[in-house]
Amino acid sequence: MTALFKFPGGVHPPDHKAESNTTPIRDLPLLPRYVVPLSQHLGKPAEPCVSVGERVLGGQMIGAPKPGVSAAIHAPTSGRVSAIEARPIAHPSGLNAPCIVIDSDGEDACITTPPPAHEDRETQLTRLRNMGLAGLGGAVFPTHIKLAPGSDEHWPLLILNGAECEPWITCDDRLMREHADAILDGAHLIQNLIGAAQILVGVEDNKPEAIAALRSAANTASQSNISICPVPTLYPMGGGKQLTYALTGRTTPSGGRTTDVGVQVFNVGTAYALQHAIRHGEPLTRRIVTVTGAVKNPGNYAVRIGTPISALIAAAGGRTPNAYGTLIGGPMMGFDLASDEAPVSKMVNCILVKDNQNFPPPAPALPCIRCGACARACPVSLQPFEMHWYARAHDFGKAQSFKLFDCIECGCCDHVCPSHIPLVSFFRYAKSEIWAREQEKDAADRARVRHEFRSFRLEREKMEKAAKHAAAAKPKTEVATAPAAVPDADPEAARKKAILAAAMARAAEARKEITPKNTEGLPEDKVREISEIESRRASLLQSVHDSIVKEEEEESSPAQKESP
Amino acid sequence: MLDAILILSAIGLLLGAILGWAAVRYRVQDDPLLEKIDAVLPQTQCGQCGYPGCKPYAEAIAKGEADINLCPPGGDEGIQRLAELLGVEPKPLGEGLEPKPKAVAIIDESTCIGCTLCIQACPVDAIVGAAKQMHVIVANQCTGCELCLPPCPVDCIHMVAEAENTQTWKWPYPIFTIKPVAGRAAE
Repeated sequence: MTALFKFPGGVHPPDHKAESNTTPIRDLPLLPRYVVPLSQHLGKPAEPCVSVGERVLGGQMIGAPKPGVSAAIHAPTSGRVSAIEARPIAHPSGLNAPCIVIDSDGEDACITTPPPAHEDRETQLTRLRNMGLAGLGGAVFPTHIKLAPGSDEHWPLLILNGAECEPWITCDDRLMREHADAILDGAHLIQNLIGAAQILVGVEDNKPEAIAALRSAANTASQSNISICPVPTLYPMGGGKQLTYALTGRTTPSGGRTTDVGVQVFNVGTAYALQHAIRHGEPLTRRIVTVTGAVKNPGNYAVRIGTPISALIAAAGGRTPNAYGTLIGGPMMGFDLASDEAPVSKMVNCILVKDNQNFPPPAPALPCIRCGACARACPVSLQPFEMHWYARAHDFGKAQSFKLFDCIECGCCDHVCPSHIPLVSFFRYAKSEIWAREQEKDAADRARVRHEFRSFRLEREKMEKAAKHAAAAKPKTEVATAPAAVPDADPEAARKKAILAAAMARAAEARKEITPKNTEGLPEDKVREISEIESRRASLLQSVHDSIVKEEEEESSPAQKESP
Repeated sequence: MLDAILILSAIGLLLGAILGWAAVRYRVQDDPLLEKIDAVLPQTQCGQCGYPGCKPYAEAIAKGEADINLCPPGGDEGIQRLAELLGVEPKPLGEGLEPKPKAVAIIDESTCIGCTLCIQACPVDAIVGAAKQMHVIVANQCTGCELCLPPCPVDCIHMVAEAENTQTWKWPYPIFTIKPVAGRAAE
């Protein structure tokens, strides 16, 4: 039995798990249309690799991962690509983003990839990248990157995160109850990939059925290095750093990751998806989504990625009469959904329909009374009230000095604030402003360097030209006969003009000899059209030629003044 | 009495000599204020301030020749930061100057005749091309200075404002609901 540690702070919001965790995971019938966003993961969006009108099969890659932090996306079913365009997506901004729209053909024909035989590590990582694996706990970080330790890194411990501390959400709970074997198999695959010696599975003790299912699966698998660890129910136990501390007592350094203390954390849903990708060759095209709150039949659904959220709510019996809005994610960290037409992406773990009974409108914010309740509730031991003052006053440097970027945006401070101040909203605002400013500053620095180099280059070119003129001025005095035709121009300009004239004459001759053969035998109107285009082109060329000649004259005139 | 005067004079001369030597030895060549002002300016090199680039404008500010409110790309925030840096009162943007949304220049490829005039005008060398070859603007190097627009003989360059997308979107400043004072509304 592993000794447990208690991280600072944390809150006990009402968990509301019973609404949705009693029924098994249900499948959704095939829908006529799926909308797959190109950007479902952290990092760069995928690059579409199909065109409009193309027929695709279920599981076919439709968006290729870009280099760096990116993951692939796949067709959820067979059908035809009807559009690649900006559509509403599940994003706090409510903005539209590029999506691939697939009209289902009803056959649901899928690419069947035979389970691969023995593969080496690199091939497996590439396969996971092309299978579109991304963390399913909510942060959607591409999985293949988390599986590749640096050369100086050593991760002896793998933690599977089944804490699911956020209220209302039960998708991991149901997955652990129903597919414990596959999750543990996935955990062993991850263990082999990162070279971990031990696996800990952290599950909050409000999920006894899931713990029992995992324990029985661990016993039958007869692996000794895996232990199922019930952890106390305390929000935010499901944060990677908090769970690591609870299970090992290791504190992640400020600004660091759990890998800095030798621990890699994966969500149980990711382990399940990884097991399917490696053992069955199935890309990530569906995930478990909890639909709960003010719907008639709350529960968990195995949903194809790209399913419109409106269809999912309809499948859960539709909204109750007093429902008024929809949250993506839970009540602590989730965000309001702008449009029900947005599709389910890899990031969507819960659709929470709000009603007045459970989600009364937020009370108006009152001034901060410096009670310090937020600091006591903060699981990262920050001082949210200090950061709030500076973020509110747009003093981002000061806010950063209070370790703003260690904030995990868990919402504990919002939950306990007696003045109902939306603290996390201030922190998100400050963080995004700081990022934007850093990007602007980088761009300005790049521009400054480029501009300075350009000034240097122009100066150098001027010097080179002057040196050339000085060198050319000497032979002019010696050979005075050559520029007789143009007595007042300097030899450089005359020489250039002569070369230009010779080249033009050559080109004219060459043009005369080569008559374009592709215009022969064309109808009358086509020939007319071509001649019109030719005349337009000639006039344009003439205007450019004039401007260049004019410029050259202007350039050469100061040179004349210098040369005598 | 005389001893004391002599000793104090000697100490004074010695310290003076050290200070004099240090002033020569550790002379600061560049104006540190200039660098600081230049770091605040947006480096668009657009010349809207009337100076031929951000650095000349920074020099003019440092010398006290130019006002701090002449930089439209920097906007009110830039003026605010300059005011904080220089310890003066911020003021509104100068007359005739208007802040514009950030934009990048795009070349219409079907109209471009390859005259290289825009390449010569670009202050950050963000345009790629050669004589009689189509030109293209490297969008992430473009500062949106609009200096390439006037020289183009065929008007094939236009500015496109950067649209907000999910990658560049920023969380808004939290808005507070204003609570009416009870009883006030009835009056």
